[in-house]
Order: sequence, then C-alpha cells, then structure tokens
Amino acid sequence: MLNITLEKRPSDSKLMSYLSPLFAILLTLLSGGLLFTALGQDPFHALYTFFVLPLTDVYGWTELGVKVAPLTLCAMGLMLCFKARIWNIGAEGQFILGGLGGGYIALELMDAEGFWVLPLVLFFGALSGLFWGALTALLKTRFGANEILTTIMLNYIALNWLLYGVHGPLKDPEGFNFPESAMFSDFATLPVLSDDYRLNISIFFALFAVAAIWALMSKTLLGFQISVLGEDKAAARFAGFKEERLTWFVLLACGALAGLAGVSEVTGSIGQLNPYISPGYGYAAIIVVFLGRMHPVGIVFASMLLALTYMGGEMAQMDLALPKSLTGLFQGMLLFYLLACDLLISYRIVRKPAARSIGSSSNSAQA
Amino acid sequence: MYLNKLTKLAMTAALAFGASLATAEDPLKVGFVYVGPTGDAGWSFGHDEGRKYIVEKFGDKIETNYVESVAEGADSERVIRQLAAKGHELIFTTSFGYMNPTLKVAKRFKKVKFEHATGYKRSKNVGTYFARAYQGRYLTGLIAGKMTKSNVIGYVGSFPIPEVIRGINAFTKGAMEANPNITVKVVWASTWYDPAKEREAAETLMLQGADVLTQHTDSAAVIQAAESKGNYAIGYHSDMSAYGEKAHLTSTIHNWGPLYAAKVQAVMDGTWKSEDLWPGIAEGVTDLAPLNDAIPADVKALVAKKKQAIKDGSMRVFDGPIFDQSGKEVIGAGATMDDAALKNFNWYVKGVEGKLPKS
Amino acid sequence: MDFELFTNILFATLRTGTPLILIALGEMVCEKSGVLNLGQEGMVLMGAALGFIAAVVTGHAGLGIIAAILAGMMMSVLFAFLAVTLVSNQVATGLALTIFGTGLSGFLGAGYVGMAIDGIAPFPIPLLSDIPFIGKVLFSHDPLVYLSWVMFALIFWCFRSTRLGLTIRAVGENPEAANAIGIPVMKVRYGAILFGGAMAGLAGAYLSLVYTPMWSEGMSAGRGWIALALVVFASWKAERILLGAYLFGAASIMHLVLQGLGFEASPNLLAMLPYGATIIVLVIIASDAAKAKLSTPLALGQPYRPQV
Repeated sequence: MLNITLEKRPSDSKLMSYLSPLFAILLTLLSGGLLFTALGQDPFHALYTFFVLPLTDVYGWTELGVKVAPLTLCAMGLMLCFKARIWNIGAEGQFILGGLGGGYIALELMDAEGFWVLPLVLFFGALSGLFWGALTALLKTRFGANEILTTIMLNYIALNWLLYGVHGPLKDPEGFNFPESAMFSDFATLPVLSDDYRLNISIFFALFAVAAIWALMSKTLLGFQISVLGEDKAAARFAGFKEERLTWFVLLACGALAGLAGVSEVTGSIGQLNPYISPGYGYAAIIVVFLGRMHPVGIVFASMLLALTYMGGEMAQMDLALPKSLTGLFQGMLLFYLLACDLLISYRIVRKPAARSIGSSSNSAQA
Repeated sequence: MYLNKLTKLAMTAALAFGASLATAEDPLKVGFVYVGPTGDAGWSFGHDEGRKYIVEKFGDKIETNYVESVAEGADSERVIRQLAAKGHELIFTTSFGYMNPTLKVAKRFKKVKFEHATGYKRSKNVGTYFARAYQGRYLTGLIAGKMTKSNVIGYVGSFPIPEVIRGINAFTKGAMEANPNITVKVVWASTWYDPAKEREAAETLMLQGADVLTQHTDSAAVIQAAESKGNYAIGYHSDMSAYGEKAHLTSTIHNWGPLYAAKVQAVMDGTWKSEDLWPGIAEGVTDLAPLNDAIPADVKALVAKKKQAIKDGSMRVFDGPIFDQSGKEVIGAGATMDDAALKNFNWYVKGVEGKLPKS
Repeated sequence: MDFELFTNILFATLRTGTPLILIALGEMVCEKSGVLNLGQEGMVLMGAALGFIAAVVTGHAGLGIIAAILAGMMMSVLFAFLAVTLVSNQVATGLALTIFGTGLSGFLGAGYVGMAIDGIAPFPIPLLSDIPFIGKVLFSHDPLVYLSWVMFALIFWCFRSTRLGLTIRAVGENPEAANAIGIPVMKVRYGAILFGGAMAGLAGAYLSLVYTPMWSEGMSAGRGWIALALVVFASWKAERILLGAYLFGAASIMHLVLQGLGFEASPNLLAMLPYGATIIVLVIIASDAAKAKLSTPLALGQPYRPQV
C-alpha cells in the first residue's frame, strides 16, 4: 500500500474549504487539457474556446445570465432541502410544473391586458411548482416513501404531463397541430433588461432568492433548525424541532423556487409552452449546490461556472468540431474532483507512522 | 536610400495586397443547425448529406459549418445567433423546434438569410422548406400492400402532427390501391428518436399480426425488429438495409442537396427571397432507397410507373376519390387536396385502424 | 385479447424487464453492503457504449459483453474510491458518476452512431422451447435473458444460505460491529460496488448488443433510475426484484399495446403509467413501515469512517 494515510484533523480546515473548489477546478482544467491533447487539439486553444471565448462579448455575459437565473433559483431551493438532508432530486419536475401551470394561466389570459397579468402568471407558476414539492412532502411524511425515488418518478410524470398539454389541450389552434402553445401575449412576457439581449428580470428573482435564503439560513431560527436537522437528526428531535414541518417547508420552498424558475423560462426566453422547456436545469442545479458547497455565494459562482460549461460546449462544437458530450464530461469531472478534494477539509494526508515501534499510535484500523 | 527602396517595396506590396482583397471573392459562409448527430443514419444525416452535396458543387466559393445535436429549446437561439454573428450569410435550421428562435435571431440579423425546415412561420429573411415525403410514402405503401401476407401493416408513428398523419394517409392510400384487404395499425412511440421505444412499438405491432412495418421515427430499430422476426420493413431517411438485409424493402429518403444548392445559388445571385418551398419527387428531393430484390418485378414496375406519373404531374397522391374511415367520400373523384389541406391534415383515410389521438 | 397475443406480450415483457433485473440485482447487492450508488445511468451507458465499440472493432458480440462488464466495473471503481476510501457524500458522488458516465459514453461513442452490427441472436433452448406456451414465453430468449435468471438464482442463494451473503448484510447493517469482528468492511464494500458496476455494464451491453443492436446517446433512457426504485420496491429481496422488473416491463409495453388495441387514451398520459405505478408501490411498501424498516440495510448511504 502507499506510504501515506489519512488522519482526521482536529477540526475542519477552513482554508481547505475555500481551496478545495479551486483545486477541483484546476484538476478539471488539467484533465481537460490532457483530453484535448489526446484528441489532437491544442489544449490551450481548446480550453480557451471552452472557458473564455463564450465570455468575450457582452452577449456572452448576458447569455450567462440567462442560464444563471434558472440554475440559481433551483439551486437555492435545493440547498434548503439538501441542508436538511432531504435529497430532493425533483427540481426538474417542479421546474416543469411551474412552467406548465404558469403557462396555462398565461394562455387563459391571452386577451387580458394590464400589468397584473405577469405577476399572476408568475405566482401560479410558483404555486404549481410548490404543489409538486408538496406531493413529495406528502409521500415522505405521510407514507414514508423515499424522496429520492419518488421525486425521480415525479420528474417523469411532470414531463409527460407537459407533453400531454402541448400535444392536446394547450396546443396552438393556429399552429398546424404542432406540439406547442401559442406565443404568450406581451403582458405575460418577462421584461428584458435591454432590447439587444435576452437577459430578463428573472436574474433579479434569482439574486433576491439568494439574499432571502441566505438571511433565512444564517439569521433565523427556522434556518438553524433546518441545519441541525440535516447535521444531526437525533439532536434535532431532542431539541424539539418538528421534523415533519421542516420537511414540508423545505420541499414547498424548493418547489416554489423551481416553479418560479420554470415559469420565468417560459415567459422569458421561450415565450410559449413546448416540449423542451427544460434542458435539465433541475438536475444541473444539483451539481451547482454541491459545487457551491451549499452556500449562497458559492452557489452563485457555481451557477456561473456551470452555465459557462454549457456555453463552452456549444463553442467547442462550433469552432473545434468537438462533440457535444464534452459538457457533461466536464461537469462530471468537476464534481468528482470537488468531492475528492473535499476530503482534505476533514482529513489531512500524512505519512504512515513507522510500523514496528512499541507504543506507537498506529493500530489496526486502517482499512 | 535603402529605406526608400524598402518603403517603396512595402507600399507596392500593400497596394497589391489591398487590390487582391478587393477582387478576391470571400467564400459565402453557410451554416447548418442539426437536432441530432450526423451519424444517426436518419434526419440529421440526410441534411448533412445535403451539405456535403453543396460543398462538392460549389467548392471554394462557399464555406460550410455545422453544429449537431443542438437541443430544441431556449439554448438553440444562442447557437443560431452565434452562427449569424460569425458571418454566416445563409443558415439552415433543420428542425421544427427551431422555428421561433430562428425568427427571433432573424429579426436582429436582418442581412442574414434563414431557411427553416418543416416550419410554417416566415418573415422577410426567413423562408421555410420541407420535402414531399408523402409521395415517397405512397409508393412504399404500394409495395407494402403487395408484400403483406397477413394483410396487417404496422406503422410506428412519432407524434400525431399533420406531417406524420399525411404520411400515414399517403402510405395507406397506396397500400389500399395495391391490396384493398389490408388494414394499417398505428402505434405512437411519442418520440422522434429512441431506438428502444421504436423497437417496442414495432414488436407491439408485430405481435398484433403486422408482417410489414414502416416508421416515421428516426432510428433503424424498426428494421432490426422486423429482421429478427422474419418480417418486412420500410425505413425512413436513408437506406437502412445494413440493419436488416432481408427485412428492408426500401426507405423513403430525402435528398436535400438540390434544394440547398438552389438556395445557395439564389443567395449568390442576389435573388433569394423568403418562400415556402415544398419540393418532392419531381425535383429530385424525395426518392426511394434501392428496392429489395425480394420485391417481385411486377411490383417494381408498378412503383416505377406511379413514380413517373407523380414526376410528370399526371397524378397526385391525394387525388380523389378519398374516403375517410367511416367510408364517406371526403374528396370526390376528379378533385384533389391542395397544399393547404395537406398541411392541416388531421383525419385518417380509409384503411387506417384506430382513432387519431387528440393529445 | 387472444391467446397468441397474450403469449407474445409475456415474451416481450421478459425481454424488456431483463436490463432492469440486471441493474437492480447489482444495485441490491451494493445497497445490502450499505452503499447507495445513484450512478446507474452512467454505468449502464458506459457499458452500452464500450460494449458496442468492442463488438464493432473486434467483430465479436461476446467480446463486447466482456468489454461492457469491464466498463461498468471501471466506472464503479471510481465511485468506490470516492465514496468508500475518501468517504465522500454518496448521493453527490453517485450523481457525479451519472453525469460523467453519460457524457463520457456520448463522447466515446460519437464515432459509432449509425453503425449496424449483428446483435446477439436468440437461442431457443432445444426441446424446452417446443413446449406450447411456456416454450415460447420462457425458453426462446437470447442468452442474456437466461443469464439474468442465473444471476437471480445465484444472488438469491447467496443471501439466503451463504456466509458471503451474511457478511455483506452485516457490513450493511452495522459496519462498526462488522469491523470489530474482523470483517474487512472496505473490501466487502468495494466488492459489492464492483459487482453492481459489472451488472450495470452487462445491462448496457444488453441494450446495445441485443435489444436494439446500435449505439445512441442516452439509450438507457432512465432505466438506471427505474432500477433504483425497483430495489426499494422489492425491499431488497431478489425474488421481488424479478417480479417488479417484469411488472414494470409489462407496464411500459402495455401503453403501446393498449394503443394497438384501440384504447383512445393519450399516449402521453399512458406513458405515465409505469412511473405512477412505481410511486404507488413505493407507498404501499413504505407504509408497511415496520416491515420496511426491517429490510432496509440500516447503514445504507451513511459514510463509514474507519476509526484511525
């Protein structure tokens, strides 16, 4: 075996908790460089194309924002759940329901005018997502069904419900029977920040969510309870924190946030309901939460990084003829390295102490 | 003195260079956006073959770029926009879901010409195009009608949109003409491309007695399914015989090359205009893959005869009389369905079993 | 519905359920040792991609199967290293594996999309396959279906009557206690995880070499997640995995068959059937709370930190 071993630190290293993501990014870049070289590309040019080129104009930055908004909204909701160790894999379904529910209202209000239309549509979107989260909470608290599995099933059901909607009742009557709804009216469209770009006010929703949840988690009793529930269930119970209520809260909140992300997407960049309203934001947001170490600021940066990987993948395809699956590769690598480097927060690498000295502290429990 | 000579040389060189820039033609940049991988032997493969056709035809005069597997949805707008921003003057967006993103980008890049496949919305610089695949399907229907022994023919459908319904109807019309005793069963796979689902749909049809299959989905799974059970199948998009030598009777294929060439030429000549182009067999854009030798000579002759008739315009696939499933004559003898009716096709003709799903 | 149709449906159900059985049996063993591996999709896709590539390159589908198994094991070793040796969060690690495996499989397989090979042909068992009804339904399948039954039998027997089964269960219930009596916890977990990876890779090979002999990105289409649900649904009992997999397979075929029989329901709504059914069963299982608690490996998903 190697001559090194892991030794538990007396307390978690704060330094490492900041350095670990940086190490992970560096390792990912290194691996990426090697990969590109193996593919016959100049590694620096390829890495530049992937990570830097998308951001070399204003359009690139606004597009980053277009992706960061839904990612961050979903990730903030997931952060609440994961902090409580409720493994909600269902942000995707909650996102879709949000789009579906909000979109439905938008279609019903097609002829309505007034500034009240959009807020109503957004509210219904959030409510629909909340409903989907509520289902999960019900299944978990009432029936003890494992949320990882139920949320995954609900994701598929949500998608099929969307497909049913756009193929059937919500189809555009003037649309030659294609599976999409009519375009929403201007009153049900999110205002953009500038006419030249797609970036709309949903980015503010995201930032507001970051601030609000940050305050919730760090300043309120509720936030404290959620943290304790996640870290030590027994202690939480002992302290009288109501596990069921907290479970409901985090799932409803996440559902609402993901739903808001979904309705923002359909009233913003897309402008209608169609079968492809989510490119997998609900799943990508899970990565964002871990990459962002379950901290609001970290999550914002992680959203930006992840959004960049999507755009980089497109650039690499366009400019270097590299396959689209690169994006998933990089994202997976990033998460792997982060998980590996995270170990260094609680453990440090030391040389194995000499084996034969009497009274040495090394004993049998190296597995 | 040295410097003078050097300067003179430099200036001459600069002038010559500038002159050469002015006279040399910058190649026309043509961009393509594909919804799937070019290797899929299906829809995107066909478009890329079209791209290769124009590369060969126009040589140095054009430069082509493509982006594949671009998911339909909000992200596609960015890809289309990037292509426009990178100087492409003609961009083909080859899937329905790109319709609204294409229009949005076209609004911003008014000098770029866009061609959107299978869509119905146009603007000053956005045209639409598709192929009359239904003509090919009609011909394959003739073959299916003649080759079936169980008189049950299976159709693996993707989604119940007019394009697919039109194909089912054309196919069934051909099959009924060849063999009035047949019935066509449709199973909706609810996907354009998912080999496992397509296979399951094919197997479902076969276990209900279908011995000839066809598809409006994009993979070769249906051919494989037919081959494994000793049945026949008719593919789509490309010659899929590699997936089932015995089973593959033929496929309806698209030949985008000539269409793309015409559009490139129009841009070069400055005569491009936004239109709804819908060519078919007559223009060489729709065709059949080589017919399997198992097909008897008289059937091949029939197909050739009908193909010629479509080509020279003496017959149209949806000439009357056409009956609906209840037997009512919807189009009378002597009448024909016009393009508008074809684009809105939302009912089944006689011979198709089952009801059209409304969702 | 006539008899022949019924026979055919059963036959198709067995085929459709086979990849689910393979993945679920593998994950069951993994979870019995206390490790939750959410990376099934990634492992299955890697198995499918590498298995197909090997079959194309060597011309032998059999070598493809071996390559697929190795691919699945390679992916799972990555997971094991992180989750067992480095004691990382198992949920995150599993998800990372799913995303990475999906991306890597698409990447490696990119050049092989659209290629055709002769898949593995069905192998009707001589004599047995001539028995009416049963012969068609049970004995006319391809070798991997039979293999799935053999694996089921092995695993059933392993956890019923062998020391190995007991060892794995001990590690999954209480790793500290197991360690105290000398069981090498890490080694056992590595073994269980690798086995899960091998089975997932094998399931991938089934998809790309038998079910639809071709490679296409994402061809597992969520089967990894379904299998995860199956393990819970089956209360970590092998015989229930078999049943559940076939039920699920039947549900996903039924929605196509119902169309063919003239049912008018929306195909999109019908497609919800299998997932809805799984939730219902999860609820039924879980609400038998006492029993459910008895079957769940107590230490499932919890990181085991060897005391240094």
